[in-house]
Amino acid sequence: MVRSQTLTNRIEDSAILLMLAIFALACLYPVWYIVAVSFSDKSATNAGMVHFWPVGFNLSSYHIILGDEKFFRAFGISVKRVVLGGAINFVMTVIMAFPLSREAKLFPGRNLYMWYLVFCMLFSGGLIPLYITVTTIGLQNSIWSLVIPGAVPIFNVILVMNFFRSLPKELYEAATMDGAGAWQTLLRIYIPLSVPALATVTLFSVVGHWNAFFDGLIYMNKPDKYPLQTYIQQLVVIIDPELMKSLTTDELVKLMKASDKTLNAAKLVVAMIPILLIYPFLQRFFIHGIVLGSVKE
Amino acid sequence: MKSKSALFSYHAMLLPGSVLLFIFHIIPMFGIVMAFQHFIPGKSIWKQRWVGFENFAFMLQMPDGRQVFLNTIIIAAMKIVAGLVVPVAFALLLHEARIRWFKRSIQTIVYLPHFMSWVILAGIITNMLSLDGVVNQFLGLFGVKPILFMASNTWFRHIVVWSDVWKEFGFSAIIYLAALTGINPSLYEAAEMDGASRLQKLIHVTLPGILPTIVLLSTLSIGNILNAGFDQIFNLYNPLVYSTGDIIDTYVYRLGLIQMQYGLATAVGLLKSVVALILIVVSYRLAYKLANYRIF
Repeated sequence: MVRSQTLTNRIEDSAILLMLAIFALACLYPVWYIVAVSFSDKSATNAGMVHFWPVGFNLSSYHIILGDEKFFRAFGISVKRVVLGGAINFVMTVIMAFPLSREAKLFPGRNLYMWYLVFCMLFSGGLIPLYITVTTIGLQNSIWSLVIPGAVPIFNVILVMNFFRSLPKELYEAATMDGAGAWQTLLRIYIPLSVPALATVTLFSVVGHWNAFFDGLIYMNKPDKYPLQTYIQQLVVIIDPELMKSLTTDELVKLMKASDKTLNAAKLVVAMIPILLIYPFLQRFFIHGIVLGSVKE
Repeated sequence: MKSKSALFSYHAMLLPGSVLLFIFHIIPMFGIVMAFQHFIPGKSIWKQRWVGFENFAFMLQMPDGRQVFLNTIIIAAMKIVAGLVVPVAFALLLHEARIRWFKRSIQTIVYLPHFMSWVILAGIITNMLSLDGVVNQFLGLFGVKPILFMASNTWFRHIVVWSDVWKEFGFSAIIYLAALTGINPSLYEAAEMDGASRLQKLIHVTLPGILPTIVLLSTLSIGNILNAGFDQIFNLYNPLVYSTGDIIDTYVYRLGLIQMQYGLATAVGLLKSVVALILIVVSYRLAYKLANYRIF
Protein backbone atom coordinates (compact mmCIF):
# COMPACT_ATOMS: atom_id res chain seq x y z
CA MET A 1 0.00 0.00 0.00
CA VAL A 2 2.65 2.45 1.11
CA ARG A 3 4.85 1.35 -1.77
CA SER A 4 2.22 1.92 -4.43
CA GLN A 5 1.57 5.32 -2.92
CA THR A 6 5.18 6.32 -3.46
CA LEU A 7 5.10 4.86 -6.93
CA THR A 8 2.13 6.97 -8.02
CA ASN A 9 3.82 9.90 -6.34
CA ARG A 10 6.91 9.32 -8.39
CA ILE A 11 4.94 9.03 -11.58
CA GLU A 12 3.18 12.29 -10.77
CA ASP A 13 6.48 13.97 -9.98
CA SER A 14 8.03 12.88 -13.25
CA ALA A 15 4.93 13.97 -15.17
CA ILE A 16 5.18 17.41 -13.59
CA LEU A 17 8.87 17.70 -14.41
CA LEU A 18 8.20 16.58 -17.95
CA MET A 19 5.48 19.17 -18.47
CA LEU A 20 7.70 21.92 -17.06
CA ALA A 21 10.49 20.82 -19.37
CA ILE A 22 8.09 21.11 -22.30
CA PHE A 23 7.18 24.66 -21.26
CA ALA A 24 10.86 25.58 -21.05
CA LEU A 25 11.72 23.96 -24.37
CA ALA A 26 8.86 25.81 -26.03
CA CYS A 27 10.42 29.07 -24.85
CA LEU A 28 13.95 28.16 -25.80
CA TYR A 29 13.52 26.38 -29.10
CA PRO A 30 12.44 29.32 -31.33
CA VAL A 31 15.38 31.38 -30.13
CA TRP A 32 17.77 28.48 -30.57
CA TYR A 33 16.31 27.73 -33.97
CA ILE A 34 16.90 31.23 -35.31
CA VAL A 35 20.50 31.06 -34.08
CA ALA A 36 20.93 27.75 -35.89
CA VAL A 37 19.50 29.23 -39.08
CA SER A 38 21.82 32.20 -38.88
CA PHE A 39 24.86 29.91 -38.87
CA SER A 40 23.58 27.66 -41.64
CA ASP A 41 24.24 27.50 -45.29
CA LYS A 42 21.84 29.59 -47.34
CA SER A 43 20.72 26.80 -49.63
CA ALA A 44 20.25 24.40 -46.73
CA THR A 45 18.03 26.95 -45.03
CA ASN A 46 15.95 27.55 -48.12
CA ALA A 47 15.59 23.80 -48.63
CA GLY A 48 14.17 23.63 -45.10
CA MET A 49 16.91 21.37 -43.82
CA VAL A 50 17.65 23.27 -40.61
CA HIS A 51 15.75 21.92 -37.63
CA PHE A 52 17.96 22.02 -34.61
CA TRP A 53 21.66 22.17 -35.50
CA PRO A 54 23.12 24.53 -38.10
CA VAL A 55 23.43 22.76 -41.45
CA GLY A 56 26.55 23.56 -43.43
CA PHE A 57 27.96 25.71 -40.62
CA ASN A 58 29.37 29.01 -41.83
CA LEU A 59 29.70 32.62 -40.79
CA SER A 60 28.92 34.26 -44.11
CA SER A 61 25.77 36.02 -42.81
CA TYR A 62 27.77 37.57 -40.02
CA HIS A 63 30.47 38.60 -42.47
CA ILE A 64 27.84 40.39 -44.51
CA ILE A 65 26.49 42.13 -41.38
CA LEU A 66 30.00 43.20 -40.37
CA GLY A 67 30.31 44.95 -43.70
CA ASP A 68 26.80 46.38 -43.59
CA GLU A 69 27.10 50.06 -42.86
CA LYS A 70 23.33 50.54 -42.59
CA PHE A 71 23.03 47.87 -39.94
CA PHE A 72 25.74 49.40 -37.80
CA ARG A 73 24.36 52.88 -38.20
CA ALA A 74 20.99 51.63 -36.96
CA PHE A 75 22.69 49.76 -34.14
CA GLY A 76 24.51 52.93 -33.12
CA ILE A 77 21.30 54.96 -33.13
CA SER A 78 19.68 52.37 -30.89
CA VAL A 79 22.59 52.46 -28.45
CA LYS A 80 22.47 56.25 -28.36
CA ARG A 81 18.75 56.14 -27.78
CA VAL A 82 19.04 53.62 -24.96
CA VAL A 83 21.70 55.67 -23.17
CA LEU A 84 19.89 58.99 -23.58
CA GLY A 85 16.43 57.60 -22.96
CA GLY A 86 17.48 55.45 -20.03
CA ALA A 87 19.25 58.38 -18.36
CA ILE A 88 16.35 60.79 -18.89
CA ASN A 89 13.82 58.22 -17.66
CA PHE A 90 15.94 57.61 -14.58
CA VAL A 91 16.30 61.28 -13.68
CA MET A 92 12.60 61.99 -14.27
CA THR A 93 11.56 58.97 -12.24
CA VAL A 94 13.54 59.86 -9.13
CA ILE A 95 12.93 63.60 -9.12
CA MET A 96 9.21 63.10 -9.53
CA ALA A 97 8.84 60.09 -7.24
CA PHE A 98 10.60 61.80 -4.36
CA PRO A 99 8.30 64.78 -3.74
CA LEU A 100 5.26 62.63 -4.51
CA SER A 101 6.31 60.21 -1.78
CA ARG A 102 5.84 62.97 0.80
CA GLU A 103 2.53 63.03 2.61
CA ALA A 104 -0.04 65.53 1.45
CA LYS A 105 0.10 67.10 4.92
CA LEU A 106 3.75 68.01 4.42
CA PHE A 107 3.42 68.85 0.75
CA PRO A 108 0.20 70.63 -0.10
CA GLY A 109 -0.41 70.14 -3.78
CA ARG A 110 0.94 66.61 -3.74
CA ASN A 111 -2.45 65.11 -4.54
CA LEU A 112 -3.01 67.55 -7.37
CA TYR A 113 0.23 66.46 -9.04
CA MET A 114 -0.76 62.85 -8.40
CA TRP A 115 -4.08 63.22 -10.19
CA TYR A 116 -2.36 65.00 -13.03
CA LEU A 117 0.00 62.06 -13.47
CA VAL A 118 -2.71 59.45 -13.25
CA PHE A 119 -4.87 61.34 -15.72
CA CYS A 120 -1.95 61.49 -18.16
CA MET A 121 -1.34 57.78 -17.65
CA LEU A 122 -4.91 56.66 -18.21
CA PHE A 123 -6.10 58.98 -20.95
CA SER A 124 -4.40 59.97 -24.15
CA GLY A 125 -5.33 61.94 -27.22
CA GLY A 126 -4.29 59.00 -29.36
CA LEU A 127 -1.72 58.44 -32.03
CA ILE A 128 -2.59 61.16 -34.55
CA PRO A 129 -2.64 64.18 -32.20
CA LEU A 130 0.64 63.03 -30.61
CA TYR A 131 2.20 62.63 -34.03
CA ILE A 132 1.11 66.13 -35.04
CA THR A 133 2.43 67.58 -31.77
CA VAL A 134 5.83 65.93 -32.14
CA THR A 135 6.21 66.96 -35.78
CA THR A 136 4.98 70.51 -35.11
CA ILE A 137 7.63 70.97 -32.45
CA GLY A 138 10.07 69.92 -35.14
CA LEU A 139 11.45 66.76 -33.63
CA GLN A 140 11.20 64.60 -36.76
CA ASN A 141 14.41 62.98 -37.88
CA SER A 142 15.97 63.82 -34.54
CA ILE A 143 16.97 61.30 -31.90
CA TRP A 144 15.02 63.41 -29.41
CA SER A 145 11.73 62.32 -30.97
CA LEU A 146 12.48 58.84 -29.63
CA VAL A 147 13.42 60.01 -26.16
CA ILE A 148 11.50 63.14 -25.17
CA PRO A 149 7.83 62.22 -25.75
CA GLY A 150 8.20 59.29 -23.35
CA ALA A 151 10.59 61.08 -20.99
CA VAL A 152 8.32 60.62 -17.97
CA PRO A 153 7.58 56.92 -17.39
CA ILE A 154 4.54 57.49 -15.20
CA PHE A 155 4.15 53.90 -14.12
CA ASN A 156 7.78 53.77 -12.97
CA VAL A 157 7.29 57.02 -11.09
CA ILE A 158 4.42 55.43 -9.17
CA LEU A 159 6.41 52.25 -8.46
CA VAL A 160 9.40 54.17 -7.16
CA MET A 161 7.14 56.53 -5.21
CA ASN A 162 5.63 53.51 -3.47
CA PHE A 163 9.12 52.24 -2.74
CA PHE A 164 10.22 55.58 -1.28
CA ARG A 165 7.15 55.53 0.93
CA SER A 166 8.19 52.20 2.36
CA LEU A 167 11.44 53.75 3.67
CA PRO A 168 11.25 54.88 7.31
CA LYS A 169 10.13 58.50 7.65
CA GLU A 170 12.64 59.03 10.43
CA LEU A 171 15.39 59.03 7.83
CA TYR A 172 13.96 62.10 6.19
CA GLU A 173 13.48 63.84 9.51
CA ALA A 174 17.01 63.02 10.63
CA ALA A 175 18.42 64.36 7.39
CA THR A 176 16.45 67.58 7.79
CA MET A 177 17.69 67.94 11.36
CA ASP A 178 21.22 67.66 10.09
CA GLY A 179 20.52 70.47 7.68
CA ALA A 180 20.09 68.53 4.44
CA GLY A 181 17.73 70.05 1.93
CA ALA A 182 15.30 68.08 -0.22
CA TRP A 183 17.80 67.58 -3.05
CA GLN A 184 20.52 66.39 -0.72
CA THR A 185 18.16 64.01 1.05
CA LEU A 186 17.17 62.53 -2.28
CA LEU A 187 20.72 62.19 -3.56
CA ARG A 188 22.46 61.08 -0.40
CA ILE A 189 19.80 58.99 1.32
CA TYR A 190 16.86 57.96 -0.84
CA ILE A 191 18.75 57.03 -4.00
CA PRO A 192 21.47 54.96 -2.27
CA LEU A 193 18.81 53.12 -0.27
CA SER A 194 16.73 52.32 -3.34
CA VAL A 195 19.37 50.88 -5.63
CA PRO A 196 17.56 47.57 -6.30
CA ALA A 197 14.26 49.29 -7.03
CA LEU A 198 15.89 51.92 -9.23
CA ALA A 199 17.93 49.28 -11.04
CA THR A 200 14.72 47.41 -11.77
CA VAL A 201 12.84 50.31 -13.31
CA THR A 202 15.91 51.51 -15.19
CA LEU A 203 16.53 48.08 -16.70
CA PHE A 204 12.91 47.97 -17.74
CA SER A 205 13.10 51.35 -19.40
CA VAL A 206 16.36 50.40 -21.11
CA VAL A 207 14.78 47.22 -22.49
CA GLY A 208 11.77 49.25 -23.58
CA HIS A 209 13.97 51.71 -25.46
CA TRP A 210 15.98 48.98 -27.11
CA ASN A 211 12.84 47.14 -28.22
CA ALA A 212 10.81 50.12 -29.46
CA PHE A 213 10.38 50.32 -33.21
CA PHE A 214 7.21 52.27 -33.87
CA ASP A 215 8.32 55.78 -32.94
CA GLY A 216 11.36 55.31 -35.15
CA LEU A 217 9.09 54.32 -37.99
CA ILE A 218 6.74 57.29 -37.76
CA TYR A 219 9.08 60.09 -36.70
CA MET A 220 12.02 59.29 -38.96
CA ASN A 221 11.45 60.09 -42.61
CA LYS A 222 14.81 58.76 -43.72
CA PRO A 223 15.69 55.10 -43.31
CA ASP A 224 19.25 56.03 -42.39
CA LYS A 225 17.89 57.53 -39.15
CA TYR A 226 16.07 54.35 -38.11
CA PRO A 227 16.97 52.70 -34.83
CA LEU A 228 17.82 49.01 -35.10
CA GLN A 229 14.39 47.53 -34.38
CA THR A 230 12.78 49.76 -36.99
CA TYR A 231 15.49 48.86 -39.47
CA ILE A 232 14.87 45.15 -38.89
CA GLN A 233 11.12 45.61 -38.97
CA GLN A 234 11.43 47.18 -42.39
CA LEU A 235 13.61 44.33 -43.65
CA VAL A 236 11.10 41.73 -42.69
CA VAL A 237 8.17 43.61 -44.15
CA ILE A 238 9.62 45.06 -47.31
CA ILE A 239 6.75 43.72 -49.37
CA ASP A 240 4.44 46.59 -50.16
CA PRO A 241 0.98 45.88 -48.70
CA GLU A 242 -0.84 47.13 -51.76
CA LEU A 243 1.30 44.95 -54.00
CA MET A 244 0.64 42.01 -51.73
CA LYS A 245 -3.11 42.34 -52.12
CA SER A 246 -2.82 41.96 -55.86
CA LEU A 247 -0.56 38.91 -55.73
CA THR A 248 -1.81 35.38 -56.04
CA THR A 249 -0.88 32.92 -53.32
CA ASP A 250 1.67 31.22 -55.59
CA GLU A 251 3.42 34.47 -56.37
CA LEU A 252 3.45 35.28 -52.70
CA VAL A 253 5.10 31.98 -51.88
CA LYS A 254 7.79 32.64 -54.48
CA LEU A 255 8.39 36.07 -53.04
CA MET A 256 8.73 34.68 -49.54
CA LYS A 257 11.20 32.05 -50.72
CA ALA A 258 13.34 34.69 -52.37
CA SER A 259 13.92 36.56 -49.12
CA ASP A 260 17.24 35.86 -47.49
CA LYS A 261 16.25 33.90 -44.41
CA THR A 262 19.78 33.22 -43.23
CA LEU A 263 20.86 36.84 -43.34
CA ASN A 264 17.66 38.03 -41.70
CA ALA A 265 18.11 35.42 -38.98
CA ALA A 266 21.63 36.67 -38.31
CA LYS A 267 20.31 40.23 -38.01
CA LEU A 268 17.68 39.10 -35.53
CA VAL A 269 20.35 37.32 -33.51
CA VAL A 270 22.60 40.39 -33.38
CA ALA A 271 19.63 42.49 -32.27
CA MET A 272 18.94 39.97 -29.49
CA ILE A 273 22.50 40.02 -28.13
CA PRO A 274 22.21 43.17 -25.99
CA ILE A 275 19.09 41.77 -24.33
CA LEU A 276 20.82 38.46 -23.68
CA LEU A 277 23.77 40.34 -22.19
CA ILE A 278 21.69 42.22 -19.63
CA TYR A 279 19.37 39.28 -19.05
CA PRO A 280 21.25 38.03 -15.96
CA PHE A 281 20.81 41.46 -14.35
CA LEU A 282 17.17 41.62 -15.36
CA GLN A 283 16.72 38.19 -13.80
CA ARG A 284 18.18 39.33 -10.53
CA PHE A 285 16.10 42.44 -10.24
CA PHE A 286 12.76 42.01 -11.88
CA ILE A 287 11.12 39.69 -9.37
CA HIS A 288 11.84 42.43 -6.92
CA GLY A 289 10.28 44.84 -9.38
CA ILE A 290 7.03 42.92 -9.51
CA VAL A 291 6.84 42.84 -5.74
CA LEU A 292 7.58 46.56 -5.81
CA GLY A 293 4.28 47.21 -7.52
CA SER A 294 2.32 45.63 -4.71
CA VAL A 295 3.81 47.80 -1.97
CA LYS A 296 1.08 50.11 -0.78
CA GLU A 297 1.00 53.26 1.22
CA MET B 1 9.08 69.62 8.73
CA LYS B 2 7.16 71.89 6.45
CA SER B 3 9.67 74.49 5.44
CA LYS B 4 9.39 76.89 2.55
CA SER B 5 12.64 75.83 0.95
CA ALA B 6 11.61 72.18 0.99
CA LEU B 7 8.31 73.03 -0.65
CA PHE B 8 10.13 75.06 -3.25
CA SER B 9 12.40 72.10 -3.99
CA TYR B 10 9.42 69.78 -4.34
CA HIS B 11 7.82 71.99 -6.92
CA ALA B 12 11.15 72.41 -8.69
CA MET B 13 11.55 68.64 -8.85
CA LEU B 14 8.11 68.16 -10.31
CA LEU B 15 8.35 71.03 -12.78
CA PRO B 16 10.35 69.52 -15.68
CA GLY B 17 8.29 66.35 -15.75
CA SER B 18 5.03 68.24 -15.49
CA VAL B 19 5.98 70.47 -18.40
CA LEU B 20 6.95 67.47 -20.54
CA LEU B 21 3.71 65.72 -19.66
CA PHE B 22 1.83 68.86 -20.57
CA ILE B 23 3.48 69.05 -23.98
CA PHE B 24 3.20 65.38 -24.88
CA HIS B 25 0.01 64.35 -23.09
CA ILE B 26 -2.18 67.38 -22.48
CA ILE B 27 -1.59 69.33 -25.69
CA PRO B 28 -2.32 66.28 -27.87
CA MET B 29 -5.63 65.98 -26.01
CA PHE B 30 -6.67 69.25 -27.61
CA GLY B 31 -5.94 67.57 -30.91
CA ILE B 32 -9.05 65.55 -30.19
CA VAL B 33 -11.05 68.36 -31.83
CA MET B 34 -9.80 66.92 -35.13
CA ALA B 35 -12.22 64.08 -34.56
CA PHE B 36 -15.00 66.61 -35.13
CA GLN B 37 -13.45 68.22 -38.17
CA HIS B 38 -12.92 67.46 -41.80
CA PHE B 39 -9.21 67.82 -41.23
CA ILE B 40 -6.95 68.71 -44.13
CA PRO B 41 -3.24 68.44 -43.22
CA GLY B 42 -1.29 71.63 -43.75
CA LYS B 43 -4.08 73.95 -42.77
CA SER B 44 -4.23 75.40 -39.25
CA ILE B 45 -6.42 73.50 -36.82
CA TRP B 46 -8.61 76.61 -36.37
CA LYS B 47 -9.41 76.90 -40.06
CA GLN B 48 -10.70 73.37 -40.56
CA ARG B 49 -14.31 72.64 -41.41
CA TRP B 50 -16.38 71.42 -38.45
CA VAL B 51 -18.46 68.36 -39.14
CA GLY B 52 -19.83 67.38 -35.74
CA PHE B 53 -20.16 63.66 -35.31
CA GLU B 54 -19.88 62.89 -39.01
CA ASN B 55 -16.56 61.07 -38.60
CA PHE B 56 -18.04 58.84 -35.93
CA ALA B 57 -21.12 58.10 -38.00
CA PHE B 58 -18.95 57.33 -41.01
CA MET B 59 -16.73 55.02 -38.98
CA LEU B 60 -19.66 53.02 -37.68
CA GLN B 61 -21.17 52.73 -41.15
CA MET B 62 -18.01 51.39 -42.71
CA PRO B 63 -17.82 47.61 -42.62
CA ASP B 64 -14.07 47.99 -41.90
CA GLY B 65 -14.76 50.16 -38.91
CA ARG B 66 -17.12 47.67 -37.29
CA GLN B 67 -14.84 44.75 -38.13
CA VAL B 68 -11.79 46.25 -36.43
CA PHE B 69 -13.74 46.82 -33.21
CA LEU B 70 -14.97 43.24 -33.35
CA ASN B 71 -11.47 41.86 -34.09
CA THR B 72 -9.99 43.89 -31.28
CA ILE B 73 -12.46 42.61 -28.72
CA ILE B 74 -12.24 38.99 -29.87
CA ILE B 75 -8.43 38.92 -29.88
CA ALA B 76 -8.16 40.80 -26.58
CA ALA B 77 -10.72 38.55 -24.89
CA MET B 78 -8.98 35.40 -26.11
CA LYS B 79 -5.69 36.80 -24.84
CA ILE B 80 -7.15 37.68 -21.45
CA VAL B 81 -8.56 34.19 -20.91
CA ALA B 82 -5.55 32.28 -22.23
CA GLY B 83 -3.22 34.71 -20.50
CA LEU B 84 -4.87 33.88 -17.21
CA VAL B 85 -5.21 30.12 -17.49
CA VAL B 86 -1.75 29.23 -18.80
CA PRO B 87 0.31 31.21 -16.26
CA VAL B 88 -1.80 29.84 -13.39
CA ALA B 89 -1.35 26.28 -14.65
CA PHE B 90 2.37 26.84 -15.11
CA ALA B 91 2.75 28.38 -11.65
CA LEU B 92 0.90 25.44 -10.08
CA LEU B 93 3.14 22.94 -11.88
CA LEU B 94 6.23 24.80 -10.80
CA HIS B 95 4.93 24.95 -7.25
CA GLU B 96 4.50 21.17 -7.22
CA ALA B 97 8.00 20.46 -8.55
CA ARG B 98 10.41 19.54 -5.79
CA ILE B 99 13.88 19.80 -7.31
CA ARG B 100 15.17 23.30 -6.65
CA TRP B 101 17.85 23.67 -9.32
CA PHE B 102 15.38 22.39 -11.88
CA LYS B 103 12.76 24.94 -10.83
CA ARG B 104 15.31 27.73 -11.01
CA SER B 105 16.52 26.82 -14.48
CA ILE B 106 12.98 26.50 -15.78
CA GLN B 107 12.14 29.95 -14.43
CA THR B 108 15.24 31.49 -15.97
CA ILE B 109 14.29 30.10 -19.36
CA VAL B 110 10.60 30.98 -19.45
CA TYR B 111 11.13 34.67 -18.61
CA LEU B 112 13.35 35.18 -21.64
CA PRO B 113 10.74 35.80 -24.38
CA HIS B 114 9.17 38.58 -22.31
CA PHE B 115 12.22 40.76 -22.89
CA MET B 116 12.41 40.23 -26.64
CA SER B 117 10.80 42.76 -28.94
CA TRP B 118 7.90 41.82 -31.16
CA VAL B 119 9.99 42.82 -34.15
CA ILE B 120 12.42 40.02 -33.40
CA LEU B 121 9.82 37.51 -32.28
CA ALA B 122 7.68 38.20 -35.33
CA GLY B 123 10.74 37.58 -37.48
CA ILE B 124 11.24 34.23 -35.78
CA ILE B 125 7.55 33.29 -35.91
CA THR B 126 7.20 34.21 -39.56
CA ASN B 127 10.23 32.09 -40.35
CA MET B 128 8.99 29.08 -38.40
CA LEU B 129 5.46 29.26 -39.77
CA SER B 130 6.45 29.81 -43.38
CA LEU B 131 5.37 27.32 -46.01
CA ASP B 132 8.62 25.36 -45.80
CA GLY B 133 9.26 26.24 -42.15
CA VAL B 134 9.74 23.84 -39.28
CA VAL B 135 6.10 23.83 -38.22
CA ASN B 136 4.86 22.79 -41.64
CA GLN B 137 7.62 20.19 -41.89
CA PHE B 138 6.58 18.78 -38.54
CA LEU B 139 2.92 18.65 -39.58
CA GLY B 140 4.05 17.05 -42.82
CA LEU B 141 5.24 14.05 -40.82
CA PHE B 142 1.58 13.40 -40.06
CA GLY B 143 0.58 13.88 -43.66
CA VAL B 144 -0.78 17.41 -43.23
CA LYS B 145 -0.41 19.54 -46.33
CA PRO B 146 1.65 22.74 -45.86
CA ILE B 147 -0.47 25.60 -44.53
CA LEU B 148 0.20 29.23 -45.37
CA PHE B 149 -0.30 30.23 -41.72
CA MET B 150 0.52 33.90 -41.94
CA ALA B 151 -1.98 34.47 -44.74
CA SER B 152 -4.77 32.35 -43.28
CA ASN B 153 -7.81 33.92 -41.70
CA THR B 154 -8.59 30.69 -39.86
CA TRP B 155 -5.18 30.65 -38.18
CA PHE B 156 -4.21 34.27 -37.72
CA ARG B 157 -6.05 34.97 -34.46
CA HIS B 158 -4.70 31.78 -32.94
CA ILE B 159 -1.18 32.69 -33.97
CA VAL B 160 -1.59 36.09 -32.34
CA VAL B 161 -3.13 34.76 -29.13
CA TRP B 162 -0.84 31.78 -28.60
CA SER B 163 2.35 33.61 -29.51
CA ASP B 164 1.37 36.26 -26.97
CA VAL B 165 0.74 33.58 -24.35
CA TRP B 166 4.07 32.02 -25.26
CA LYS B 167 5.87 35.35 -24.80
CA GLU B 168 4.24 36.35 -21.54
CA PHE B 169 3.20 33.26 -19.56
CA GLY B 170 6.47 32.92 -17.67
CA PHE B 171 6.53 36.52 -16.67
CA SER B 172 2.85 36.59 -15.71
CA ALA B 173 3.42 33.51 -13.57
CA ILE B 174 5.75 35.45 -11.25
CA ILE B 175 2.90 37.10 -9.45
CA TYR B 176 1.11 33.78 -8.91
CA LEU B 177 4.32 32.20 -7.69
CA ALA B 178 4.64 35.02 -5.17
CA ALA B 179 1.08 34.31 -4.02
CA LEU B 180 1.84 30.58 -3.79
CA THR B 181 4.84 31.11 -1.54
CA GLY B 182 2.58 33.20 0.68
CA ILE B 183 0.33 30.25 1.52
CA ASN B 184 0.72 29.17 5.12
CA PRO B 185 2.61 25.81 5.20
CA SER B 186 0.67 24.68 8.24
CA LEU B 187 -2.42 24.44 6.02
CA TYR B 188 -0.66 21.75 3.97
CA GLU B 189 0.45 19.97 7.14
CA ALA B 190 -3.08 19.96 8.48
CA ALA B 191 -4.41 18.67 5.16
CA GLU B 192 -1.80 15.89 5.17
CA MET B 193 -2.80 14.92 8.72
CA ASP B 194 -6.34 14.55 7.50
CA GLY B 195 -5.10 12.28 4.73
CA ALA B 196 -5.60 14.64 1.79
CA SER B 197 -4.20 13.49 -1.52
CA ARG B 198 -2.10 15.70 -3.73
CA LEU B 199 -5.09 16.64 -5.84
CA GLN B 200 -7.21 17.38 -2.78
CA LYS B 201 -4.49 19.64 -1.39
CA LEU B 202 -4.37 21.43 -4.72
CA ILE B 203 -8.12 21.98 -4.77
CA HIS B 204 -8.69 22.79 -1.12
CA VAL B 205 -5.50 24.60 -0.11
CA THR B 206 -3.50 25.86 -3.08
CA LEU B 207 -6.28 27.16 -5.30
CA PRO B 208 -8.14 29.02 -2.55
CA GLY B 209 -4.75 30.44 -1.57
CA ILE B 210 -4.19 32.10 -4.93
CA LEU B 211 -7.82 32.84 -5.70
CA PRO B 212 -7.61 36.47 -4.49
CA THR B 213 -4.69 37.06 -6.86
CA ILE B 214 -6.57 35.47 -9.74
CA VAL B 215 -9.65 37.59 -9.01
CA LEU B 216 -7.54 40.74 -8.79
CA LEU B 217 -5.68 40.16 -12.04
CA SER B 218 -8.78 39.19 -13.98
CA THR B 219 -10.53 42.30 -12.73
CA LEU B 220 -7.66 44.53 -13.77
CA SER B 221 -7.56 42.87 -17.18
CA ILE B 222 -11.02 44.29 -17.97
CA GLY B 223 -9.25 47.54 -18.77
CA ASN B 224 -7.37 45.76 -21.55
CA ILE B 225 -10.33 44.62 -23.57
CA LEU B 226 -9.57 47.15 -26.30
CA ASN B 227 -5.83 46.48 -26.24
CA ALA B 228 -5.21 43.62 -28.60
CA GLY B 229 -1.48 44.37 -28.80
CA PHE B 230 -0.40 46.83 -31.47
CA ASP B 231 3.31 45.97 -31.58
CA GLN B 232 2.60 42.31 -32.03
CA ILE B 233 -0.10 42.53 -34.68
CA PHE B 234 1.66 45.29 -36.58
CA ASN B 235 4.63 42.99 -37.01
CA LEU B 236 2.68 39.85 -37.81
CA TYR B 237 -0.21 40.91 -39.99
CA ASN B 238 -0.51 41.57 -43.70
CA PRO B 239 -3.36 42.64 -45.99
CA LEU B 240 -4.50 39.04 -46.49
CA VAL B 241 -5.54 38.74 -42.84
CA TYR B 242 -7.07 42.18 -42.33
CA SER B 243 -10.52 40.66 -42.01
CA THR B 244 -9.60 38.74 -38.85
CA GLY B 245 -6.46 40.45 -37.63
CA ASP B 246 -6.85 44.17 -38.19
CA ILE B 247 -7.36 45.92 -34.84
CA ILE B 248 -8.27 49.47 -33.81
CA ASP B 249 -4.67 50.57 -33.31
CA THR B 250 -3.37 49.24 -36.60
CA TYR B 251 -6.42 50.66 -38.37
CA VAL B 252 -5.83 54.10 -36.87
CA TYR B 253 -2.21 53.96 -37.97
CA ARG B 254 -3.06 53.13 -41.57
CA LEU B 255 -6.01 55.47 -41.76
CA GLY B 256 -4.15 58.37 -40.19
CA LEU B 257 -0.49 58.14 -41.04
CA ILE B 258 -0.64 56.26 -44.34
CA GLN B 259 -3.89 57.56 -45.86
CA MET B 260 -3.66 60.93 -44.07
CA GLN B 261 -7.30 60.89 -42.97
CA TYR B 262 -6.49 62.64 -39.73
CA GLY B 263 -10.06 63.45 -38.71
CA LEU B 264 -11.38 59.95 -39.15
CA ALA B 265 -8.35 58.31 -37.55
CA THR B 266 -8.54 60.63 -34.54
CA ALA B 267 -12.23 59.81 -34.15
CA VAL B 268 -11.52 56.08 -34.11
CA GLY B 269 -8.67 56.61 -31.65
CA LEU B 270 -10.80 58.85 -29.46
CA LEU B 271 -13.60 56.33 -29.25
CA LYS B 272 -11.07 53.77 -28.13
CA SER B 273 -9.47 56.08 -25.54
CA VAL B 274 -12.81 57.00 -24.01
CA VAL B 275 -14.08 53.42 -23.76
CA ALA B 276 -10.70 52.28 -22.42
CA LEU B 277 -10.67 55.02 -19.79
CA ILE B 278 -14.14 54.05 -18.58
CA LEU B 279 -13.20 50.37 -18.44
CA ILE B 280 -9.97 51.04 -16.58
CA VAL B 281 -11.70 53.20 -13.99
CA VAL B 282 -14.39 50.55 -13.55
CA SER B 283 -11.81 47.78 -13.23
CA TYR B 284 -9.77 49.73 -10.67
CA ARG B 285 -12.90 50.41 -8.66
CA LEU B 286 -13.85 46.74 -8.77
CA ALA B 287 -10.32 45.72 -7.83
CA TYR B 288 -10.48 48.07 -4.88
CA LYS B 289 -13.82 46.65 -3.76
CA LEU B 290 -12.97 42.99 -4.34
CA ALA B 291 -9.33 42.87 -3.34
CA ASN B 292 -8.66 46.18 -1.62
CA TYR B 293 -6.13 46.96 -4.34
CA ARG B 294 -4.76 50.46 -4.94
CA ILE B 295 -1.94 51.48 -7.21
CA PHE B 296 -1.19 54.69 -5.37
